Amino acid sequence: MSATIGRRQFAWRQPSILPGFAPSLTITLVWLGVIVVGPLAVMLWFTAGLGWHGFFSILSRPRVLGDLWVSVWTAFAASAVNAVFGLLVAWVLTRYEFPGRRFADALVDLPFALPTAVAGIALSTLYAPNGWIGSLLAPLGIKIAFTPAGIVVAMMFISLPFIVRTVQPIIEDLEYEQEEAAHLMGATGAEIFRRIIFPAILPALLTGFALAFARALGEYGSIIFIAGNKPMVSEILPLLIMAQLDQFDYQGATAIGTLMLFVSFVLLLAINLLQAWVRRRHGG
Amino acid sequence: MAVNTPAIETYLVNTPVREKPFPFAKLALITVAMLFMALFLLLPLIVVFSEALSAGLGEYLSALADPGVLSAIWMTVAIAAVAVPANVLFGIIASWCIARFKFTGREFLITLIDLPFSISPVVAGLLQVLLFGTTGLFGPWLSDHNIQIIFALPGMILATTFVTFPFVARELIPLAQEQGNDEEEAAVTLGASGLQIFWRVSLPKLRWGLLYGVLLCNARAMGEFGAVSVVSGKVFGYTDTLSLAVESLYDSYEIQAAFATASLLAMLALVTLVLKAALEWAHRDELHALKRKKAAT
Amino acid sequence: MSTTIEIKNITRSFGRHTVLNDVNLAVQPGELLALLGPSGSGKTTLLRLIAGLDFPDTGIIKFDKDDALGRKPKERGVGFVFQHYALFRHMTVFENIAFALRIRRAPKAEVTERVNALLKLIQLETLASRYPAQLSGGQRQRVALARALAIQPRVLLLDEPFGALDAVVRRDLRRWLRQLHEEMNITTLFVTHDQEEAFELADRVVIMNAGQINQEGTPIDIYREPANVFVHEFLGESNKFLATIKSGLVQAAAGFPLGTTTAPDGQATAYIRPHHILLRPSLRGAWRVQRLTSTGAHARVTIAHNETQAESAMPADALLESGLTEGAPIDVTFTGGTLFDAQGKTPTKLTALKPTLTQFTNLHSA
Repeated sequence: MSATIGRRQFAWRQPSILPGFAPSLTITLVWLGVIVVGPLAVMLWFTAGLGWHGFFSILSRPRVLGDLWVSVWTAFAASAVNAVFGLLVAWVLTRYEFPGRRFADALVDLPFALPTAVAGIALSTLYAPNGWIGSLLAPLGIKIAFTPAGIVVAMMFISLPFIVRTVQPIIEDLEYEQEEAAHLMGATGAEIFRRIIFPAILPALLTGFALAFARALGEYGSIIFIAGNKPMVSEILPLLIMAQLDQFDYQGATAIGTLMLFVSFVLLLAINLLQAWVRRRHGG
Repeated sequence: MAVNTPAIETYLVNTPVREKPFPFAKLALITVAMLFMALFLLLPLIVVFSEALSAGLGEYLSALADPGVLSAIWMTVAIAAVAVPANVLFGIIASWCIARFKFTGREFLITLIDLPFSISPVVAGLLQVLLFGTTGLFGPWLSDHNIQIIFALPGMILATTFVTFPFVARELIPLAQEQGNDEEEAAVTLGASGLQIFWRVSLPKLRWGLLYGVLLCNARAMGEFGAVSVVSGKVFGYTDTLSLAVESLYDSYEIQAAFATASLLAMLALVTLVLKAALEWAHRDELHALKRKKAAT
Repeated sequence: MSTTIEIKNITRSFGRHTVLNDVNLAVQPGELLALLGPSGSGKTTLLRLIAGLDFPDTGIIKFDKDDALGRKPKERGVGFVFQHYALFRHMTVFENIAFALRIRRAPKAEVTERVNALLKLIQLETLASRYPAQLSGGQRQRVALARALAIQPRVLLLDEPFGALDAVVRRDLRRWLRQLHEEMNITTLFVTHDQEEAFELADRVVIMNAGQINQEGTPIDIYREPANVFVHEFLGESNKFLATIKSGLVQAAAGFPLGTTTAPDGQATAYIRPHHILLRPSLRGAWRVQRLTSTGAHARVTIAHNETQAESAMPADALLESGLTEGAPIDVTFTGGTLFDAQGKTPTKLTALKPTLTQFTNLHSA
């Protein structure tokens, strides 16, 4: 009768002929636990030790609230400007053929590859009042380095590829026939963009925006050199954590770290929902 | 407008698919996009080398020969030499379990693996302090046994491993999912054992994606600043990595030396980009599918 | 010595969805058997169970007297050709074919000799050092077959072997595979959804639907005597008429006679293939030609009896000779067909009402 038995069905996983499920899953979970989940849990545990009152009294310090606001509005502004220019870059790189296109396409990834400290001192030098760009803007009364505008510039640099790389594949997949059809029906270029192209790209653009926003919010290295680091005006939250640590205020650092983690989770959730939307739209 | 009709037809018949009907608009779009890229991406890169060489080649080379810089190179390589292989090993194992099997909670596991991407590097450093710092969870035990993790190499390695944790795994998982299990099943019917399937079929099949992941992981590990900055003692010539040396030198107004050091990292970035582009070009079929899949999931 | 395969009471479900429901099948030694059915009928799952790539919930699979389920795929001696071939993309054609031998640590000389013999068999000697990506679809298919044959399997299993190929290549490969099977005489099962393929290639055809075997038999038997409505409909076009049987006479509900039968009185559904409808121009005919179409060698004639439409088929040349024109009145004879009961089962033959006139027969066999 031994032949009649089938394999036992585990409800939570489909049986497979390939070996190595249990050991690979175990190693993955342990490693994930030790490097990522465990440490995060410790931080949350320390935060819990502060109690609600302690936690909120730290977060309601004016400097924390002020820096949170600076972080959020600069990241939002940088992502918004990038949404426009990132879409333009993605469109041009995907739809047009021109000399230097491949070079430009590779260059998009520079912010991924260039260490943030290098970007930081380079941007700071460029936009300083005596820098190549800063000196052009100074006569006009525009100051970028050592002001919140500098934070926006640095955030734009590091988050540009997120938008370009998220939107590009969607533009590649657009059916050119739809545009031709609209053209034959008498739509102008602007109308085609507004009614046909933009709605198709929108979910991916929003995903790219959210990814860029998350990255900009957490960014540290490229910003600290160009920002004035003046509390509540041009100081970002990650730098505040740094400052707390330098003063051995571990509780303050932990509370702010938990706040940032919370914001990351919310953004991650938003990104996942957006991507589910993209998938439904494109059936991919 | 009867006049327009033939024009449209001509356009449909003669124009290649990618061309737009208005060359002026096209030209304007290309110009604006390229100016934007030149201003925001190319110029920062150029300024690094221009400042590094501003005092001449001799000064440049002597700045790089500084013992502090040489020690920073060594620290940087040492950190990457541990963090990258660790993440490669993890990535391969995680991709085997996540891409080759179907089980409940798979998507959640991928989300957890991606988590470090969305966490500020400073928080990543903070985590190490909370674990191993003097008032941290293991602090008392470590100081009793005279083990130094924070403000020393082990802490920097741990922080870097955290930050680069998803890099290899998130290249391999979608690629392996895209490639499917057909070849593995074929190997099973041909009599291969688990390890034989892994070494002879699965790993070679993933090799370009793996190389791609290693490339990006290494670039980030060698360039990481925020996380390492929290847990480093920040002693130039002792616990500084190249990124931290850039900061130390810049803060002490040794601008030219700071840029000389930065130029090393910029060259690393350029090499990474060139290799990445070459890899994408040579294996575009494989990696294109990957890009597409990543964009949608 | 070829292997028999015995499949008993096999059930397999994925979650709540039952893919195979109590399947029983015996495959004779050296037989070339087709599993034919629409997608989702469970045929591929059955093939994977036999190969050991999947496991049944219950049931027995035996090779000769051997319990196959207790054995790993490696020990079953099965050659499997995947639908999309699953060639190792990073290995050359030679290495793909050599894989199983290398796994078994065969001596180098033996590997070379055996692989070269297989390359010769599939007529790809010159392409040994190519990679799969550099081959055409038909070439990949042959490499996949050679790779499966390398271990000299007891059983050869092919999953939609011609599914990804274009029509001409498909036809050539089909003949070649048939020849190969005759030479090697390995018990072979292949899965297909293409009736023509199954009928041309297989000794015996098994028709599957919704996880169950609906009928098995030689192509001719199955076509002549389909076991139920599903099989009849799956095997090609037919005209479907609701009918009443009264003392052996079959009358369509729409009001025209269909023929005679041995079935008991009552309601039935008559299925009549287009080539079983014979037409003759007749001024007093109750039917009319509605439309004439040519599909090349064959002609289709759409005919109508008041509101009821039917399709007739005949060789294109016969249509020319018949002198039929659109709108012309005609006489219609149903020369054959099958009657099914209300459950779509218990088929009985439908035979022509009166002896067919020779001129009709001539018309249709021209």
